[in-house]
Formats: sequence, C-alpha cells, structure tokens
Amino acid sequence: MIALLLRDVKLSVRAGGGALIGVLFFMTVVAVIPFGVGPDLNLLSRIGPAIVWIGALLSSLLGLDRMFQTDREDGSLDLILMQEHPLALTVLVKCLAHWLGNGLPLVIASPLLGLFMNMDEVAIGATMLTLLVGTPALTFIGAVGAAVAVALPRGGLLVSILVLPLAVPVLIFGVSASYAAVQDPAPFMPPFLILVAITMFFAVLGPLGAALALRNAGD
Amino acid sequence: MRLTVDALSARRGEDLIFKDISFTLGAGESLILTGRNGSGKSTLLRAIAGLLHPESGRVIWISDGAEDGMRAAEACHYLGHRNAMKAELSVRENLEFWQSFFGDFAGGQGMSIGEAAEAVGLGGITHLPFGYLSAGQQRRMAFAKLLVAWRPVWILDEPTAALDVSAESVFTALIKTHLGKGGIVLAATHQPLGLENTQELKMTGFAGVMESMW
Repeated sequence: MIALLLRDVKLSVRAGGGALIGVLFFMTVVAVIPFGVGPDLNLLSRIGPAIVWIGALLSSLLGLDRMFQTDREDGSLDLILMQEHPLALTVLVKCLAHWLGNGLPLVIASPLLGLFMNMDEVAIGATMLTLLVGTPALTFIGAVGAAVAVALPRGGLLVSILVLPLAVPVLIFGVSASYAAVQDPAPFMPPFLILVAITMFFAVLGPLGAALALRNAGD
Repeated sequence: MRLTVDALSARRGEDLIFKDISFTLGAGESLILTGRNGSGKSTLLRAIAGLLHPESGRVIWISDGAEDGMRAAEACHYLGHRNAMKAELSVRENLEFWQSFFGDFAGGQGMSIGEAAEAVGLGGITHLPFGYLSAGQQRRMAFAKLLVAWRPVWILDEPTAALDVSAESVFTALIKTHLGKGGIVLAATHQPLGLENTQELKMTGFAGVMESMW
C-alpha cells in the first residue's frame, strides 16, 4: 500500500502528472478576478475567501477524472482489482496520493493568492486551514464520480457534474468558516467542525462507493 | 492445488459468447485456448481472472492453504493485452511497485528485480523509463512482472504478440519452468508453445454457441 502511495505521488509530479496543472489553473482563476472586479480593495478583501475557495474547488475538479482512468488505460486497474487487499482500502490510498499530488499544492498556493485578493493575515490563515481540512473531502467525493465514469471516454466533464452537488456543502462550510474568522460576531468553530465532519464522513463513504463502482465497471 | 472452472458462461451485451465451459487444471498442467479472432478467448480469460462477471458458473481455487470463499483471482497473475506499466516511471520502479503491491502468494517466492529482468533477456536496462523501450521490450518487461511475485496460476492473453522468435523461446522456457514448479498456465495464443501435458480448448465464438443452442 505504501508502494501504491509512492507510485501515485511520483506519477503526479512527473511529466504529464496533474499536480502543476491544477495549481496553474487555480492561479489563473484567482488572478483574473482583481482585473475583472476592479481596483476596489475593500471589495476584493471582502470576497477574497470565497474566490479562493471557488478557485480551489474548480481546480480540484479538474484532475479528478484521471484518478482511475490512467490506470485503466494501461491495464493496471485490472491487476489492482484482482489482488487480495480490500478494494476500499486501495481506493483510500489512491485518494490520499491524489490529494497529496493535486490537493496539497492548492493549499500551499492559497496564501499567495490571498495576497492578490488583499486579504489580511487572519483571513489568509483561516482560508488555508479550511482548505487543508476541506480539500480531502473534495477528493473523496470525486473518487466516486471518477470510478463511475472510469469506462467512459472523455468522462471529465461528467465527473465534474456528478460531483458538484455533493461538493457544494464543502464549499459552503469552508467559506463560512473562513468568514467567521474575520467577521466578529460569527463563531469560527461550528462551521469549521462541520467541515471536519464532512471530510471524515466522505473519507469513509467515498472509498466504499468508489470500490463498489469499480467492481461493477468490469468489461 | 487445483483450479476448477464450473459451467462458466459469459455475455457481451446481448450475445452469449460462450456457454457451460468446464475444466479442471492441477499442478503442472496447462490449457491452451485457440480459435480465431473474436471467438471469446480473452473474454473467457477475463472471466476466470474475475474481471468480468460471468453469466453463470463459477471459478474455484482449491489448495491446502486456501481459506474458504477466497476468490480464485487472488491466486492468479493476469497478463492482458495491455502491459500495466507506467511509461513515466523507470522499469525498476515499475517492477518494484508491482513486487511490493502483489506480495508473494502462499507456497512460493518471486525473483528479485534484477533476476527477473535477466530472465526475460533485458538485464542492463532497468534504469530506463518504461516509455523509452520498444514494443517488444515492453512486452518482455510486462512478462518479468509475473516473475517478481509468486502466483501459482498464470493467465496469459496472447503473451507473444509483438515478439521476435528468440523472445518466444524465452517465454516458452519460462512457462515450462513455471509448470515445472507446480504452477498452472492458461494461455490464449496463436503460436504453438511446444508444451507437454497440455489440454487444448478450441473456442468457436457465439456463432458456434448459437449453432449448438438452436
């Protein structure tokens, strides 16, 4: 299992891996917002956390369809399905590797993009923390979509559409926790803890659902 | 140690590709599937490897150490049309990953990476990215994957496609060695592999099944 984790992380940073593409897309989305909205610094810092979160959500959707598809194309998925390891555990490891390769770079890039949006230190810290906790949930949810669409050619857009409704609560609680950190009356902990709960919930349900879909995708 | 296939039928879409295929293979025995293109050789092998839900029937693996209800696929190596290796990683990284991910099945031990590469005749090039190799070399390295972890049953789907004559003889020798160790081999092939103690199953495809059904 460690071998699978290492292999997938290696693949995501080598040529053709999705790690850099996700970060570049994230930067593109967030960087054009100030040009579109105009030089109103107060407005930018007010919408900052939401924009950073939306950017992160869209870029994490971008790489999802490749999670199982590359393995299917070269035949590795067949061999993975045949092994004695519980499939849900294998999928969980693949999700973790996918998050390390695609999700974590987004979290690391987010403070820089926070500066673009004229956010103060507290807001940047809160956004980064909520992204750190929330993006794994996006990966776990996305694994189900990726597994369902694994046999479809050009299933990328379909995966995004399948996954988006389930990803919306993550966005809502991520953004509201980020805002709660800077706006005084709202408490930070309740939305943040709900975000943690969503992540843990999907950490269990996502791999189980994806494993079920992969088993039945047989062809 | 025994692999039993019991009344296996499989369907692709609406068509029944084959119906009620049964056989038993013991240690050191092999089965060669022949038949023209589209006759269901690959479908049968995928059904035995547990990658395709059979319409009816089952595949049973019986041995001393096996637990009840164990899937037969866990005792099998499957070499399909695709090589299951990553072009971006070096040959050694690929083989190391599969060695550690497969793990050895009870009752045997796999070779080291170097030995396996030597065995398929490509000793010195394990540092190269898999994508740099020629089609024939890639196929040989995919075969080396079967050697790094022990599995009693080898399921080979056209193992000698894209290979020169010397590679074919290397593969035949490796298959014979595996049978000599008490392994079981199921292979779909057009080339005669020159094996003794072999059963042959001639697949006729759904046309044949239809004739027998109607």
